[in-house]
Amino acid sequence: MREILMDIERWRQEGKTVAIATVVKVYGSGPRPLGSRLAVSSEGEMVGSVSGGCVEGAVVEEVRGVMKTGQPKLVKFGITNEQAWTVGLTCGGEIEVFVEVFEE
Amino acid sequence: MPNLHQEFVRSLKNEKLVALCTVIVGPQLGDKMLIWPDGQTHGDLGSPDLTRQVSQHTKDLLQQQKSERVAFDVDGDKSEVFIEVFPPPPRLIIIGAVHAAIPLITFAKELGFRTTVVDPRSAFATPQRFAHADELIVKWPQEALSASDFNEGTYLVALSHDEKLDNPALKLALESPCRYIGALGSRKTHARRVASLKEMGITDEQLSRIHAPIGLNLGGRRPAEIAVAILGQIIAIRNGVGE
Repeated sequence: MREILMDIERWRQEGKTVAIATVVKVYGSGPRPLGSRLAVSSEGEMVGSVSGGCVEGAVVEEVRGVMKTGQPKLVKFGITNEQAWTVGLTCGGEIEVFVEVFEE
Repeated sequence: MPNLHQEFVRSLKNEKLVALCTVIVGPQLGDKMLIWPDGQTHGDLGSPDLTRQVSQHTKDLLQQQKSERVAFDVDGDKSEVFIEVFPPPPRLIIIGAVHAAIPLITFAKELGFRTTVVDPRSAFATPQRFAHADELIVKWPQEALSASDFNEGTYLVALSHDEKLDNPALKLALESPCRYIGALGSRKTHARRVASLKEMGITDEQLSRIHAPIGLNLGGRRPAEIAVAILGQIIAIRNGVGE
């Protein structure tokens, strides 16, 4: 959190909307620890990581969706997910990510 | 009144231990509150019952410095709350500019610790030996350190083998909420140390917080091996799996 805070503050000062994805559950050999975060600005800038790359693209899609609706959402990624063939974690782990708009 | 986000950022910047609680499943989806170890809070989770249950549960997690996702049931409404504990940035204070302190600082920095060495003996505490330390204080511990140096993110390692140096620092640490206290020396040395600390007014309960002999038993005697043994123990404590 600390490491991405400065970017978030700056985006907010620039009047951008910010949405954040936070790892809230790691099953098996998940790639990043609990509390890992990815923040995305309304201009498409990004900072942080929730998966070390494996499902980052899919997470960014979810974050963009939540930025539009404003509705927070819990999303699961991993090998047991029905999307396994497209966005499965190669490490065989599974993560749950909470996505929300950063409220001021 | 500052909002939750501003309060949260201020707490992180002031290096205070704080828990951020977010409802991730349930009717209050997205609601947040902040909880500090002294019981102070900011915001609530919509339902007073849920707020109370979460506050209660968070007390222990703050104590253990552990984040957790917890399920709650309030009158049949099932909720899940992500309780995330943010400890102050970790700082390692080393008493004694001894040989093992040199690799200890090298490894500790790699693990994300801010490092401080305290030793009044200028022959040992030289900038050449400790150029890699974030802070080298050539003073007695009681002059160099005060209670404000010991928060929930502080790890104290007493390596000087000299009671005049180690004990004042140990006393400060034992009277603080610091995360880890370790002291180098055999069981015999430690028994002597315990006796003098008791004379300084330290209770048995406080004394039980000292890890002595310090470090995991890896069987090593070289300075770098001792450093690894100490940091192994510190990592276990930091990750909540230590004793």
